[in-house]
Amino acid sequence: MTAAVQARRVTRMRPRAKVAAGILGLFLVCAAIGPLLYPYDSVATSVADRLLPPGSALSEGGLAPLGTDQLGRDVLAQVLDGARVSLLVALATVLIGGFAGLVLGMLAGYFRGLTDTVISRIGDIQLAFPSILLAILLAGVLGPSVLNVIIALAVTRWVIFARVVRGSALETRDREFVDSARVLGVGHLRIMWRYIFPACVQPLLVAATVQIGLTMVAEAALSFLGLGVPVDQASWGATIANGRDYLSSAWWIAAVPGLALTIVVVCVGILGDELRKVTDPSERERA
Amino acid sequence: MNQRSEEPVLRTADLVAGYQVRRGLLGRRAEVAAVAGVNLTVREGETVCLVGESGCGKSTLARSVVGLLRPRSGTVLVAGKDTAKLDRAGRLELRKNVQMVFQDPFASLNPRMTAGELIAEGWRVHPGLVAESDRQAEVARLLAQVGLNPKHAGRYPHQFSGGQRQRISIARALAVRPRLIICDEAVSALDVSIQAQILALLAQLQEELGIAYLFITHDLGVVRQIADRVAVMHLGQIVETGTAEEIYQQPRHPYTQALLSAAPSVDDWTDDYTEGIVLQGDTPSPADPPSGCRFRTRCWLAEPRCATETPELAERGGPHLVACHFARPTVPT
Repeated sequence: MTAAVQARRVTRMRPRAKVAAGILGLFLVCAAIGPLLYPYDSVATSVADRLLPPGSALSEGGLAPLGTDQLGRDVLAQVLDGARVSLLVALATVLIGGFAGLVLGMLAGYFRGLTDTVISRIGDIQLAFPSILLAILLAGVLGPSVLNVIIALAVTRWVIFARVVRGSALETRDREFVDSARVLGVGHLRIMWRYIFPACVQPLLVAATVQIGLTMVAEAALSFLGLGVPVDQASWGATIANGRDYLSSAWWIAAVPGLALTIVVVCVGILGDELRKVTDPSERERA
Repeated sequence: MNQRSEEPVLRTADLVAGYQVRRGLLGRRAEVAAVAGVNLTVREGETVCLVGESGCGKSTLARSVVGLLRPRSGTVLVAGKDTAKLDRAGRLELRKNVQMVFQDPFASLNPRMTAGELIAEGWRVHPGLVAESDRQAEVARLLAQVGLNPKHAGRYPHQFSGGQRQRISIARALAVRPRLIICDEAVSALDVSIQAQILALLAQLQEELGIAYLFITHDLGVVRQIADRVAVMHLGQIVETGTAEEIYQQPRHPYTQALLSAAPSVDDWTDDYTEGIVLQGDTPSPADPPSGCRFRTRCWLAEPRCATETPELAERGGPHLVACHFARPTVPT
């Protein structure tokens, strides 16, 4: 693959994918430098400024562009600060869980037999528990920290990725073009990488885009129980959970981080779709 | 250019191969012998056609010869070596010697690899064949050899037509310099005019390189065009085998006769048009084949003896081998 071809692929990205990439980039920049410019302090409460709607003036003269919560804390600052934790936890969980699921699912689907039985049954046993219970157990044992939340959530998510990957691998392993590689004497590793893996990418991406949203919510649940990120650290999930009780009186508390979460999930979905088109030669033509 | 050795490229001895099926949810696993004791020989540089109706075990035979399916019993000898008793190096050697061209050109090429990558893949497995620096030139040469534009090495399979894809498949097989190519219905999915082109290409390659073909097909027109020898398969067994001439002029097994009479012919409108033989009933299941001769349930010559005595493949007073108690030396027309 020459550099020129690679470059052409990137420039051939469609406009809406560019927009999605731009928005995601913006979120990442906000997560990185936002809290520096617009700091959030979880203990700095102001009872006089409780539940102010977006655009209200604060008692000490400032402005709350997106309103305040029940303790008078600025929602915009919470969302900017929460982006760090939420994006980090969601991306890291989906990457780690997705990678584990990809490897195990491909092994199960490609080799079938005993490998498949062992991996699939472990997955079944795990799915029999509500995944949040398992996450609570793990997070409880490991103690509250961002890393432990990622570990606990990744452990509960790998099964979902493994399942979709296994299905694709099972379907692909008996295709004629895989037989043609076997007849040539191509080894298992290369068959899995060049023949099976490309067929698993698309369902994996679909699962990943759904899981990014669900993971942010699950992180919120753990934080809500005191098993997630430390309470002095904002997260979108935690803010949404906070605002749920005030939905009828102060919708902005839950709506603002909810909207941010939705935008991220949609952008990830569009990019995932684009990635699939770029990796599939026959799709590339039509794009 | 090829030396004809005494040892055939491929010889199977009493080959039995098949699948396991489970009867019912908790039933015992049952063995379906799709190939039930086949002796088949392909010599250096010749074309052997394996014909038979759908489901008779042709593809199972092909898959067990190339090692995609492990035979239940019997042996497969490639260039005199038992494929079941090979070490790793020997197995790689087998992969090199025997290649396969598949039926569906739209399913048999990895859609994510370019024509050049597909052709060169064999050299990753067998690095000794072509030096790294010569590979690009060798891909171009192979593309030209199968009648494609060498400049198209960077194209993906979906940018080629069915016939062109089949040429890529052939080039991919040729790349490892096999002595035998198994063509499993390799032209069945193509238009008739494209079929003729591919068959001509295969014949030309055989002349140039001395490759042997085991050509599996249900199309008797194709057989007539390319076969040196023909083996007729019925329900997992070879019922008649001989040169193409012998089989077409003097079919001796009733099944072969029925098969040939079902093939359309350009002579059908002439006076000596004979009524086609239409077989009654369905093909028995290979999971539960009839006793004795497996063809007896549909044979108009069947007698009680056929149910008890299995006819062996033998000369029976004629010029070629046939497995029927009532095979006559020649068939009256």
